[in-house]
Amino acid sequence: MNPASFYALVGIGLFCLGLFALIINSHLLRKILAINIMGSGVFLVLVALARRAENMPADPVPHAMVITGIVVAISATALALTLMLRVATETGHATLPDEVEK
Amino acid sequence: MAMQNAFMAFPWAVALILLPLTGAICCFLFPRISRALGLITSFAIVVSVVGLGWQLLEHGSYRHAVGGWGAPLGIELYADGLSLLMLATTALVGFAISVYSTTYFKPALAVRFWPIWMCLLAALNALFLSADIFNLYVTLELLGLSAVALTALTGSKEALSGAMRYLLATLLASLAYLLGVTLLYHSFGSVDITILAQQMQAYHAATSSVTPAVWAALGLMAAGLMLKTAIFPLHFWLPPAHGSAPAPVSALLSALVVKASFYILLRLWFTLFEPLVDGEAINTMMGLLGCAAILWGSVQAMRQTRLKLLIAYSTVAQIGYLFLVFPLTASMGSTAWNGVAYLIISHALAKSAMFLCAGNLLCFGGHDRIADLDRVVQRLPLTAAAFALAGVSIMGLPPSGGFIGKWLLLEAAVTQGRWDIAAVMMLGGLLAAAYIFKVIGHTFIQAPVTHEAQPVSASMQWSALLLAIGAMLLGFLSLPVLSLLNISDITLASGVGS
Repeated sequence: MNPASFYALVGIGLFCLGLFALIINSHLLRKILAINIMGSGVFLVLVALARRAENMPADPVPHAMVITGIVVAISATALALTLMLRVATETGHATLPDEVEK
Repeated sequence: MAMQNAFMAFPWAVALILLPLTGAICCFLFPRISRALGLITSFAIVVSVVGLGWQLLEHGSYRHAVGGWGAPLGIELYADGLSLLMLATTALVGFAISVYSTTYFKPALAVRFWPIWMCLLAALNALFLSADIFNLYVTLELLGLSAVALTALTGSKEALSGAMRYLLATLLASLAYLLGVTLLYHSFGSVDITILAQQMQAYHAATSSVTPAVWAALGLMAAGLMLKTAIFPLHFWLPPAHGSAPAPVSALLSALVVKASFYILLRLWFTLFEPLVDGEAINTMMGLLGCAAILWGSVQAMRQTRLKLLIAYSTVAQIGYLFLVFPLTASMGSTAWNGVAYLIISHALAKSAMFLCAGNLLCFGGHDRIADLDRVVQRLPLTAAAFALAGVSIMGLPPSGGFIGKWLLLEAAVTQGRWDIAAVMMLGGLLAAAYIFKVIGHTFIQAPVTHEAQPVSASMQWSALLLAIGAMLLGFLSLPVLSLLNISDITLASGVGS
């Protein structure tokens, strides 16, 4: 296995791990972190797959996409955290209504 | 003549994206005049759509390389009949909602509403004009973030929780979509939809196989877009978000935002995947989900006691009809394809009218409990009329736009011998009649508990009524609308390379 596909598989692993954590955790901060880990997984896949062959230079387009993706992820996380704080102040706990805090 | 040439050469597509973006910044910088700025921008968008429509009628589908950099390296804007209809629907519904919002929001909320609404409008327009799958991802995220921010606008407990759930669902969906984009880009080296379609079909013709990466991309993108479109059973986030947002925002979310992700699904399926994969199993699954959504959404709508939740569940049901396009369509331009496009527009008009009516009733009586609607017909006749007219379109009775859409779908189902789908569609119509008459019935009678009524401004009543009348008028405009829909570029309509 070449390093590129190893990193891509790690990226897919991170995506699945994040998805799992998003589903089983009820605390909103953990859910937001899980989404971020999923995002990092996707970015890792993008960067890893940019090199198509051992002796070729890497394709710069996916790198540009990752930068765009990071900007989006930062804004989304900022919005999510603000919203979480507002939910916590309004309802007294940082979970969604039908989920009990464990 | 020179003026006409200038009109034809003006890049209306670019204006459609730049106008609302500039509007958003101006609304944010000058909160005191944000209402006027928002209204002017919404109107300018209607004008730009007319300009773009004219260009399409003269020259067929439209391409614009942003900054002079074309695909594959640069970003291209693309418009054909389907995008034009989506843009026109957005512009009209958006303008009506802008008029409604000038009086609906108190000043403290208005200064927050206008900039975010303009961002949402920019995201929608950019989405309908995007020609590459990565750009679609960015616009999807812009759309999701502004929609969530609008949902949370009032800051009430329900609105915040609904917005939070919506945000998590929409972020998850975007990431699944992005992973699909990654796999497609890695396999075929392009994100431009046209180039991608050519590459995919060339590869398919050479090896007559579909790689696992393509299957994975299809699965991930479809799952993400279906979650965003809130098809049963992925609709869990929709009722709390649409039910707790302010009325004009609910109207926007139900009428336009869920349609945007469905539009992408439609585009990608029919241009990229449908020519490649043997779609039998996928089509059956989509059809089953659609039927389940129609039945489940309608039954849930009947069980609701609050008007806004009833309308939100009705959206879940109506989205089901859109998914029937997959088992019923063999290609773009067929009867079912036309039917579903018609249904998208008429549902957008009718559903936004319904949510605006709910907003009027909420202002009027201070609540939206269906059982306590007190003699609305006598006291708020315009709103009652608007609700009833929108209801006719949602039920799919003639002569409304909803009727034409459902009729075309039904015709496709019957000619293909799909009696099961036809039966579910009929049943869905009956159930829709049941939940709409439940509301209309209560507007006639005196409620046991009465509330002091607040006046509702004329602009709020008229914008709801005009949207509902628009949904009815669509029933008479089927020929021009369908001929607009079929402006497309040949390569896309008949499948690339065939």
